[in-house]
Amino acid sequence: MVELKGVTKYYTRGRQQVEVLRGIDLSIAAGDFVALMGPSGSGKTTLLNLIGGLDQPSAGQVEVAGHRLETLSAAELARWRAANVGFVFQFYNLLPMLSAQRNVELPLLLTSLSGAERRRRALIALQLVGLADRARHRPGELSGGQEQRVAIARAVVSDPRLLVCDEPTGDLDRHTADEILGLLQRLNREHGKTIVMVTHDPKAADFARRRIHLDKGALSVENGA
Amino acid sequence: MKYAGLVIAGLLRHRSRTLLTFASVVAAFVLFGLLNGVRTVFNEGPDTSGQDRLIVTSRLSIIQPLPYSQLARIAALEGVTQVAHANWFGGVYQDRKNFFPNLAVSPEAWLDTHPEILLSPEEREAFLATRTAALVGEDLVARFGWKVGDKLPLAGTIFPNNSGSNTWTFDIVGVMRSGAEQRARAAGEMLFRYDYFDEGRLQGQGTVGWYVVQVEDPARSGEIAQAIDALFRNSDAETKTQSEKEFNLAFAKQFGDIGLIVAAIMAAVFFTVLLVTGNTMAQGVRERTGDIAILKTLGFSGGTVCALIVAEAMLLLVAGGAAGLALAELVLPAVSNALRGQLPPLEVGAGTWLTGLGLMLALALLVGLPPALGALRLKIVDALARA
Repeated sequence: MVELKGVTKYYTRGRQQVEVLRGIDLSIAAGDFVALMGPSGSGKTTLLNLIGGLDQPSAGQVEVAGHRLETLSAAELARWRAANVGFVFQFYNLLPMLSAQRNVELPLLLTSLSGAERRRRALIALQLVGLADRARHRPGELSGGQEQRVAIARAVVSDPRLLVCDEPTGDLDRHTADEILGLLQRLNREHGKTIVMVTHDPKAADFARRRIHLDKGALSVENGA
Repeated sequence: MKYAGLVIAGLLRHRSRTLLTFASVVAAFVLFGLLNGVRTVFNEGPDTSGQDRLIVTSRLSIIQPLPYSQLARIAALEGVTQVAHANWFGGVYQDRKNFFPNLAVSPEAWLDTHPEILLSPEEREAFLATRTAALVGEDLVARFGWKVGDKLPLAGTIFPNNSGSNTWTFDIVGVMRSGAEQRARAAGEMLFRYDYFDEGRLQGQGTVGWYVVQVEDPARSGEIAQAIDALFRNSDAETKTQSEKEFNLAFAKQFGDIGLIVAAIMAAVFFTVLLVTGNTMAQGVRERTGDIAILKTLGFSGGTVCALIVAEAMLLLVAGGAAGLALAELVLPAVSNALRGQLPPLEVGAGTWLTGLGLMLALALLVGLPPALGALRLKIVDALARA
């Protein structure tokens, strides 16, 4: 599903080049659930952004779901993301003026589905995360855990093969975090979603099948969970 | 249409700010509707066709008097049924702020050529029989509490009295009313007799301000207007004959270039609206950097996000602008009515709606494009890091 070869990423700050990732080779099979770990500044989120097609490498190849992402234009990448990736963020990133259902419908606006079909699919996704009864609530009327469930529903509503999750439980208490991680685990095991999750939390990483450690922009250790 | 919900939600994210901006757009387009109605009237070309009343003034200026001797020659023209005349007196009642138009007129001819002035037979008789008689409009009666039989002193600001005083005293003999359907200009005017005025003034005897010419066939009014001006061509007092509407406009234009003044006011109003809506849009988009980054993350292209922001600006400007013009359409008849026929009927015509729509779209592009282009250039990873 994910093949990275010699991936390097650096940012230019003034006259200085800051290398964030250095020669990363990584392979993630379809149906895998990978926890990407490492200290702050190790390059976890940058690597996740490259896998999710939110950023382009400075050098190397990023092949995800059969597409070489470094060769795609911005518009092609946008279309590719819409078709292949679901995103879950630490702070949920729901649009506050839309109801839960309308938030979940957002990715479907990019398809040719009718309004009724979009609403039906959004409700199914909300049922999957156990929030069908909160469909009309706005994010401000939901708890943090509920917001993250809505975000997960939004991530899966268009049935992508890959979910990229950036600290999905970083803003939640232990109990709620475990519920969210259990939900991700169910999506991986029962629905075959490939999941790449950045986390600081070793307990969160326990839910993954595999851990990958990053340190100073390079892969250090790979562990099976 | 499937993005309509997103566009509306974007606008309503900060309801109070959007509402205030919407109100400022409505106010701007109400002003535009009203002022453009006035500007259109002042910019209309000359038109004497179909008029049964023509106004003859000096070709040089409407404040330049004409010799009384011209009356007989105009009256002798074929197709002319009646000729009346008037002088602007410029008298002031008690205080300069009590301004109202007061005219010295040829009594019988004036009433005959202005059938919209409603008088009882007794009032008409008294006006024709009394040298110091004055007719006052019903609005003036309501304003100053006058009644028939009152003495009315006016201070002459242009014409001193040959008695050595500036004060002219008149006897109110009638109240000029107007029918419910036609709010005559006379309701806000005072008329008195030309003979009293001409004998009493210190200078300018034997001259009139303008003539009012009644024509038999309105279809021939253009031809008669040309014939009148031809009569006095190359004389000491060349004339300019025009319709009553054009005369009223020319009279108002004495106070300045109304079209230019109106255009200047409108430019200031729209510049202010541009700043207000531009600020709202810029602030709104800046506050939604995270939301825009999420939309792009989900696969919305830069162009789609850009179009959504421009659509927000369009919705704000077009909805506000249309509401403003609709309000102006409601208000203008009342303004026209209050002017008592001094200007042609004011209206928000199709031209104003079209110009307004053009302004709405242009403003929407001006205020929507800069933040939209900013959103287009937004790098997702940077925006997510900031959000």
